[in-house]
Amino acid sequence: MKILVPIKRVVDANIKVRVAADNTGVDLNNVKMSMNPFCEIAVEEAVRLKEQGIATEVIAVTIGEDKAQEQLRTAMALGADRSIWIEKSGVVEPLAIAKLLQAVVEKEAPDLVILGKQSIDGDNNQVGQMLAALCDMPQGTFAFKLVIQDGRAIVSREVDGGEQVVSLALPAIVTTDLRLNEPRYAKLPDIMKAKKKPVEHMTPETLGVTVKSSLKTLSVDEPKGRSAGVMVGSAGELVEKLRHEAKVLP
Amino acid sequence: MSVLVIAEHNNLTLNPVTGSVISAAGLIDSEVHVLVAGTGCQAVAAAAAQYQGVTKVLLADNPVYEHQLPETLTGLLLAISDDYAAILAAASTGGKNLLPRVAALLDVAQISDIVDVHSANTFVRPIYAGNALATVESSDAIKIITVRTSAFDEVEKGEASALIEPLDQVITQHKSQFVSENLSTSERPELAGAAIVVSGGRGLGSAENFHLLEKLADKLGAAVGASRAAVDAGYVGNDLQVGQTGKIVAPDLYIAVGISGAIQHLAGMKDSKVIVAINNDADAPIFQVADYGLVADLFQVLPELEALL
Repeated sequence: MKILVPIKRVVDANIKVRVAADNTGVDLNNVKMSMNPFCEIAVEEAVRLKEQGIATEVIAVTIGEDKAQEQLRTAMALGADRSIWIEKSGVVEPLAIAKLLQAVVEKEAPDLVILGKQSIDGDNNQVGQMLAALCDMPQGTFAFKLVIQDGRAIVSREVDGGEQVVSLALPAIVTTDLRLNEPRYAKLPDIMKAKKKPVEHMTPETLGVTVKSSLKTLSVDEPKGRSAGVMVGSAGELVEKLRHEAKVLP
Repeated sequence: MSVLVIAEHNNLTLNPVTGSVISAAGLIDSEVHVLVAGTGCQAVAAAAAQYQGVTKVLLADNPVYEHQLPETLTGLLLAISDDYAAILAAASTGGKNLLPRVAALLDVAQISDIVDVHSANTFVRPIYAGNALATVESSDAIKIITVRTSAFDEVEKGEASALIEPLDQVITQHKSQFVSENLSTSERPELAGAAIVVSGGRGLGSAENFHLLEKLADKLGAAVGASRAAVDAGYVGNDLQVGQTGKIVAPDLYIAVGISGAIQHLAGMKDSKVIVAINNDADAPIFQVADYGLVADLFQVLPELEALL
């Protein structure tokens, strides 16, 4: 069984970004970049399936500028066998990403595609579902448990108010939620080995995909800030303030 | 041209977040229709018909829609989408699961998690965990939108009732099957719509200690939330997680207990009207957004608060 894992290079999760002075976006100069945390979970899940003898090959794929290859190397250090780099600079909208990935799915014919449920930059939460639709595959989004059994993927999902289990015919799309696993750290020998693993270079043109955009960002603004309020000295004072000052308690 | 809202429901009752989506939809066009897809869900359709501004309710009542699987509902929406300028759903796990599928097959973008409507084609949405707000303009013929329901007030229910029109399309597919679900049966209000939320973090120390928090919540009639750290530590289920990738809440009062205040947590609650932070670490970032801060041992404060209320 072959698993495709699309990943994304994003601002590191520990960085608090600032809106750019010209309000066209956020300031990404000299900001630490990493693999999107949900994508790390996707890589980990695919690698575990390979370690269990269920998967035979794990292929990482990313869409981005030259530097996005760093995250492919990370994915290979974590256990992916090979990678595909689709070179494309600038912001690519979720639908265009899904179309590029669809072209890769048609070429590689994976049995399973595992993606992060959302990237922590755009916070869109769309690509997995869109890819599933374009490939006419079933989807198990927000997965916290994945079992491959009798040619199907049994996916336990995080839903509002609890959990849901669905059974999907393969090939299928799974998107990862936080509890699915705890990703490992890459070991130095594996990082060295990853440098020798193959990265195939592609472009939207070689994949025959026209990257379109129908959303125009008019401005990016700082949200209304909150400032620190007052410190109270006791539970009694707190209740008093909530009742008579904030008036949020009867 | 009218706009369509997808009702959020469990076949028995209509989730009030639907009223917030109707509110957002009404800012795009005055003609708002609601789709209720499920089985044995006439009562849900009747409830949706009472919302002010709703002119028609489409009722797709068939066992194939029982679990509202996205693979099934997408076919239904594609069958009726020609009639609409926009399709909206709550940015709940249900809406997020379904609408990108519909958008992809209509070959249009989805605009996720909107918090404001500037015009029929211009919307505001948070990016980077809410550290920035993007104003985006769509040139698509049909807008596919998920709505951050905490940013819109639920529309009121009126005397009049909208027409309920049955849909007879039956969509079947076999690639995806429902197996089971396990939904919490709490007496407490739902996180998404609660007026007061009491949330706990790693400072609680254990699942048992979370009961202290629950007692306070019950005294206040509040919903219970948690930080990711508390979920990761196994104190509570993930469905209580408040944050960038969990629930986004904006109650009248948010009480954060033993929560340090990571960026990802603040993203889920910083639009609350009044924020209270209780933490024994005076340097915790949560105090920077709190209206009222109390540096204290939460194990001492929680019983005191409960006694005072």
